[in-house]
This record gives sequence, C-alpha cells and structure tokens, in this order.
Amino acid sequence: MAGLFAVGITAFVVLRWLMVPADFGALGHYRASALTDNMDRPLVFAGQAACVECHADVAEVRAKGRHARVSCESCHGALAVHASNPAGVKPVRPDPRRTCIVCHTASISKPTSFPQVVPAAHAPEGSCAACHVVHNPKIS
Amino acid sequence: MDQDRRTFLGQTGKLLVLTASAAIAWEHVLAGRPEDAPNYRSTDHWWGMSIDIEKCIGCGTCVRACKTENDVPREEFMFRTWVERYVVDPADRDHPQVDSRNGGYDGFHEREVLDPNLKMFFVPKLCNHCTHSPCVQVCPVGATFESPDGVVLVDTAYCLGCRYCVQACPYGCRFIDPRTETVDKCTLCYHRITRGLTTACSETCPTGTRVLADLKDPKDPIHAFLREHMVQVLKPQMATGSRVFYNGLDGSVR
Repeated sequence: MAGLFAVGITAFVVLRWLMVPADFGALGHYRASALTDNMDRPLVFAGQAACVECHADVAEVRAKGRHARVSCESCHGALAVHASNPAGVKPVRPDPRRTCIVCHTASISKPTSFPQVVPAAHAPEGSCAACHVVHNPKIS
Repeated sequence: MDQDRRTFLGQTGKLLVLTASAAIAWEHVLAGRPEDAPNYRSTDHWWGMSIDIEKCIGCGTCVRACKTENDVPREEFMFRTWVERYVVDPADRDHPQVDSRNGGYDGFHEREVLDPNLKMFFVPKLCNHCTHSPCVQVCPVGATFESPDGVVLVDTAYCLGCRYCVQACPYGCRFIDPRTETVDKCTLCYHRITRGLTTACSETCPTGTRVLADLKDPKDPIHAFLREHMVQVLKPQMATGSRVFYNGLDGSVR
C-alpha cells in the first residue's frame, strides 16, 4: 500500500514537472515567457521617428500646416520594410485623390469642425494635389 | 569585552551605515553597466488609451492599420479594434441605432438624409485592458493574463481555444483566429510599446482621436487629458477597471 502511494506521488510529481512549463507562475498565473512571445513580433509600421530620420525636409513642411499631427504612415501606409531597407524597398506613392477622400468626404456623422468636401462636386475628375500641397494643405 | 554604551552605539551605527552603502553599491555592481540592462522594465509602465470621440471622423484608418500590423484575418467579425457609428434619437436614447459594417474597415458610407434632430457620432472600440478583467478570471489554464504593465495579453502557445473568455468579455473584444483555433485580441501593440513606439492605431489616427497613454509616466499627456475633460469608460457599472478613457462618450453608448 505504501509502495503504491509512493509510486503514485512520484508519478504525480514527474508528470507535473513534465507538463507545467518551467516559468509558469514566476510573475502570476501564466507563463512568464508569454510576455516575451508577445514582444518579439515584427514591426509593420515603422513609426514617425523612423520616417523623420531621413525625411526631415518633408516633416518640416508638414509641421507648418494643418497636417502637422498626421503621421506619415497614415497616408503612406505601413513602411517598416522601407525603413529597414530604404534602397531596396521603395514605397508606392499614395493616390492623390483616393487618399484624401478617405478622411475628407463629407458626412453628417463627422464633427462639423472637420474640413469636408463632397467628392462628386469638388473637382470630380481632378487630383487633389493639383490645387493643394498635400503635406501642407491650405484652406482658403 | 570592555565597552561603554557610547562606543557600542557608535560602532553599531558605523556598521549599519557601511553595510547599507555596501549593499546599495553591490546592487549597482550586479545590475551591470546601464547599456547592458534591458531597456524595457514592465514595472515602470501602466498602459491605457485615451479616445476623444469629438475628434473621430470614422475614416477606419485605425482598423486597417491594426489588421496590417497584427496580421488579423481580413474577415468580418474579426477585429482587434473597430469603429461603431451611433445614430441616437434624443427622444429615445435607450434604443440607439449602431452600425459598423466590416468594423469600419472600409470607412462609413453616407447615410440617406435622416431626421436632422438625430445625433450621430463614431465610437472606436478596442480591448479596454481592464484592471480586473473578467476574461482573465475565467481562463481555465492561465493562457490569458494581465501583464505587470497592465496589458491583457494572450499566450497563444498555451490557449486551448475553449472560448470561455470570448463569452466573458463584456465589450466583445475577443475572437477565435480560425487559422490557429486560439483566441486573439488587442495586445495594445505590445511589441511596439515595449520598443518605445506607439500602437499602430494611435500612430496612424489622422485626427489624434486615439492616444496611447502611460499612466505611470508623470509627463504623459494623459494626466492633462483626464483632468481637463469629462471622461468616462465603457460599462462603468461592471467595475472592470477599464483603462480606455473616452472623452465625449454619450450615455447611449454601450
């Protein structure tokens, strides 16, 4: 009986040691290395600082206008691949109409203080960039 | 040993001071050079987010950026963040109309002109990173947890896919990733914020509606935001300790 008991306890201890990850419970009721698993994913958006590192001239133009707080990747898309390999990966130039109307299409749901146009009535065939400087748009 | 009280106290005092300073010095020796130390300490941060509804234009850039950054399935009903449009009749606030086609991924199309008395606004939603998360409490295996810096994370290697947490979340922030059959949710871009960047949604938000907040950083603008605005969290009656703070949140939002 005692032998059986000892075998049972040993089996339990061994199985528990095998099944519970070594770092489980180090920080709480979870695997501590799950934190680093979550940290170690690759970046897709490079972040504003990475853009400005090389494109300080554009950032300066933008800083003077209404788009000062719009980050580069809002319009240009995710560009971590370009930031890590500037010569190899060239970003595609955003469409100078579709990119703008993503935000500036008029809608009664939008805050009234936000500049809005009805795209069908506002230079329907034209490029926005023909009249507006996209990095520093003027509102006249 | 022949010793009077004065010398005994003096020597004990010296010993204590020297031991304490030696201990502090030794701690610095153990910590190594500053450049060797890991540059992220989870105990130095307490993350959250502020959302200014008065600024949201419903462009859906955050939804697209989140799916891009985090490789979220491009399918309907699978979102780490999404945007809802509320249409509220001021006379019947209990029954708002909410639409969120494809989570706002494609933006919002203009509605046919309605009663001009209706109130319309956008509400971006994401995991509220609750301090007392119902989803964490129900996980039977410890595959979801609150990190020491206050982010609710999922251990996908440990998740069984049992879906308890999907049901437990009062905000509907979780979904099952069909590729792995494990749960997925907003991680507050944990891989970005631990590298000193902001989240993908905050990075790309063109109007500054969504701003990542570090509540432990005394210089973070969140403190001014909380002080200067009338701030509310979603479902405060559930006492989840939500850390997504909304400015201008209408009472009809649920």
